[in-house]
Amino acid sequence: MNEDPVALLPELILLLGAAAVLLLGSFLPRERQWIARLVTAGLLVASAVAAAVALAGADRLVFDDTFAVDPITGTARLVGALSGLLVLGILAEDVHSDPRESEQYVLLLLAVLGTQVLGASNDLIVLAVAYLLASVPLYALAGAARDRRGTEAALKTYLLGAFLGIAMLLGITLLFGAAGGTGYALLTDLDPQQRPVVAVGLVALLAGLAFKGGFVPGHFWVPDVAEAARPGAAALLTTVPKVGGLLAAYRVLDAVPSDVVDWPLLMAVLAALTMTLGNLAAFGQESVRRLLGWSTVSQAGYLLMAVAVAGRTDLALPSLALYLAAYAVTNLGAFAVTAALPQAGQLASYRNLAAHRPVLALSLLVLLLGLVGTPPTAVFVGKLTVFAAALEGGLGWLVVVAAINTVASLFYYLRWLAPVFAREGAAQAGEPCVRPIAQASAVIAAVTSVALGLGAGAVLAVVG
Amino acid sequence: MLDLLVFLPVLAAVVLAALPRLSDTAARAALVAVTGVELLLALGLWVGYEPGGGVTSEIAYERELQWIPSVDSGYHVGVDGLSLPLLLLTAGIFFCCALYAWREQLRPRTFAALLLFLETTCLGVFASLDLILFFVFFDLSIVGMYFLIAGWGHGQAARSALKFFLYTFLGSLALLVGFLALFAGSDPHTFDMVKLAQDPPLQGQPLAGGLALLAIGIGLAVKTPTVPFHTWLPPAHTDAPAVGSAILAGVLLKMGTYGFVRIALPMLPDAWRTWAVVAVVVGAVGVLYGALVALAQTDLKRMIAYTSVAHMGYVLLALGAAGMLGGTDEQARTVAVTGAVTQMVSHGFITAALFLLAGVLQDRAESYDLGSYGGLFSSAPRFAGLFAVGAFASLGLPGFTGFIAEFQVLAGSLGSAPVGVIVALLGLLVTAALFLVAINRLLLGEPGRLSARVSDLRPSELAAVVPLLGLALLLGVLPRPMLDLIEPSARVVVELVSR
Repeated sequence: MNEDPVALLPELILLLGAAAVLLLGSFLPRERQWIARLVTAGLLVASAVAAAVALAGADRLVFDDTFAVDPITGTARLVGALSGLLVLGILAEDVHSDPRESEQYVLLLLAVLGTQVLGASNDLIVLAVAYLLASVPLYALAGAARDRRGTEAALKTYLLGAFLGIAMLLGITLLFGAAGGTGYALLTDLDPQQRPVVAVGLVALLAGLAFKGGFVPGHFWVPDVAEAARPGAAALLTTVPKVGGLLAAYRVLDAVPSDVVDWPLLMAVLAALTMTLGNLAAFGQESVRRLLGWSTVSQAGYLLMAVAVAGRTDLALPSLALYLAAYAVTNLGAFAVTAALPQAGQLASYRNLAAHRPVLALSLLVLLLGLVGTPPTAVFVGKLTVFAAALEGGLGWLVVVAAINTVASLFYYLRWLAPVFAREGAAQAGEPCVRPIAQASAVIAAVTSVALGLGAGAVLAVVG
Repeated sequence: MLDLLVFLPVLAAVVLAALPRLSDTAARAALVAVTGVELLLALGLWVGYEPGGGVTSEIAYERELQWIPSVDSGYHVGVDGLSLPLLLLTAGIFFCCALYAWREQLRPRTFAALLLFLETTCLGVFASLDLILFFVFFDLSIVGMYFLIAGWGHGQAARSALKFFLYTFLGSLALLVGFLALFAGSDPHTFDMVKLAQDPPLQGQPLAGGLALLAIGIGLAVKTPTVPFHTWLPPAHTDAPAVGSAILAGVLLKMGTYGFVRIALPMLPDAWRTWAVVAVVVGAVGVLYGALVALAQTDLKRMIAYTSVAHMGYVLLALGAAGMLGGTDEQARTVAVTGAVTQMVSHGFITAALFLLAGVLQDRAESYDLGSYGGLFSSAPRFAGLFAVGAFASLGLPGFTGFIAEFQVLAGSLGSAPVGVIVALLGLLVTAALFLVAINRLLLGEPGRLSARVSDLRPSELAAVVPLLGLALLLGVLPRPMLDLIEPSARVVVELVSR
């Protein structure tokens, strides 16, 4: 039964820590809530360290093979925990004066925990539990600002999440019926005669993961949340669930034989649709965060390319892991910039930022060019390896679609960058107010995205 | 030493960017000093270089470090007879541009930092022996040039810069797809240029090889630019600052043609031979079309921009001819490739000088309109004299590098692509005519509306333009050192493409 709780150490740290922070927060006076923030940061670091130690060890399956400890899990744990840490920096000034400060830290911890379990689940039932665990905190965080638009976004997210979650449960039921069990090992034994049931089941299961991963057709909530939730919450919601959702999709699909259901083609088509839709929708946006929201949709499309070639090339998993890490840090950094300038909601309000805030402007430049995929940032190496994996997996057409999409994406990222470096025109009325912790987070993210790009070889070696 | 050559400018750029209180004069002096050191370093590389081989062996100053081992891509740099002339050209043009920029008034510190960043990317492209490293520098050069045009240009600078960025970025993505095809086709998978040239991928797979060449060809053709991918070039040049134009034409365009010699020919020999006739047609049409369109321009900068299209056409014509094995021998093809590389260097020096001179008109009278000037020989004799020298050099007058280059291109291509050579000769005639027309309208005759505002060249401008044209003359009269450098590597390329 190999029930070794130490194998779940990164998750247990967050679970017990979340309970502790909840209690701690209730007893701390309002002006001392920063202690809860510090404890949260410590928990995330501890979880990341435990994850790194586990990653260095051998792969294994624990708790009756329902839970895998391998590079996929390691990626979900590490990227999840470190993203949480960065989100904490983006969130800091937003929740500082909030009466429910420590509760949001608890939700953050639980959201990261949900992503870690999503990545690790090796059983359909665990996957369903992880889905709920990763979703519920997000609904609350999306509406944490308790304003009209935030509430609307939270409700939309909730309804879509509930609906697609039920679809996912239906899919799990069908797969259970077809495979005779819920373990992923049984999925590998599915045979082509069961095609209709398995096909419907798998598509329904993917609907739930599409919600988590923010890809078509589960993407509708992403731009609303990106725009209406607080920057920190928006950053979390567009990054952390994606990590878990895509890794979970990778693990499930890798188990299903592609001669039963042609899922590589399905994922390739979804990838093409997602990146194209995200890019086209981002073109006309004037709101900075809505633009970023659609950009995260398009990024999910590139990420799906690696999922589409799961098991067909050695590069698939390393490239997915690298791109996820690269995407997480770069996307969080871009949200951190919007958090650092809470008054600047529209593209036009970034006019002449370079003159007033050169450091922030330079960070934004690195981050947005990073999202385009300009070398030597991490997303470039991620894209490069994902493209190489797709080409090796026989999806040459998808690489061409992705390359064209990349060029198209340059257009809207430049629409944001151009006013930042515009010389003339009305400067901000007075000095723009900048939030120092969020700005520091943006700078850290920008530096990390370049460092991760230069050190990509090491990352690939760990996962590969 | 090669690492220092490549990365010294970007280190200096970081220092400049980190010192916000630096005085303008100090920033300008730093720019001149660093680019000067770069030029000395590049000359040092030349002094220490033993001509011979290249591309697959006998690469000098080689260094290899791992970067992404799982796809066999790394920091692999080195120098041979194809890259050294272009490294020297780059260092030379940047130094002259630094001198010219002595009078830059708009944010000189940022300008200097950006120019140095750009220098690293340009040198990096020519030093790279790994496709991904090549791509890294190639892409970053676009970013640098975008900010140079958008930040220091005039007219519709933002719009032209955006067009430049989008268009060349499209090209670079096509290039990346082509590189990935080379990677996927090689066994074992690698991005290393030397290995790929030694053991070319996709041999005997006409469809895959053709598609890979198509992607790489489009990517490089946009950058070069060749007809019909040249439409981004005239607006980018027109609205760029003089220094930006000089670097764009003198160095950045060479990345495209260099890519053909370094990547397309040695790594896809089968496909190149199959489709060489396309390169010949595109090249010959480019020469004639570029010259004809240039003839019709009334804007000086647009005119020079279109002559660039024509001059790059020669390079493509020669490289296409090098891939056509019928009716020619290895000697002729070597002459053609040598001519192509010589043309890159020659065009770099001459066109950079012409663009800097055009910048003088913008500086004095804020117009490039040929019709608004006239009679500059009497009012601005130094400007007029140098412009005339540049124009004659550009039209291929014997005694200048342009003649050496174009003669070799035409002589080397005659056997295999006689029709192309005849078309190119027609283009040569039109080029001569258009420069004579320009000299006539700009320098001779009655003073025009704006002629009075054109004061003669200042010392910094003189110091920038004279060496460029001087080199075009010196290497035109004494071409041997340059040809000795290029020829062995050109021969290797010819051998590789005939495999």
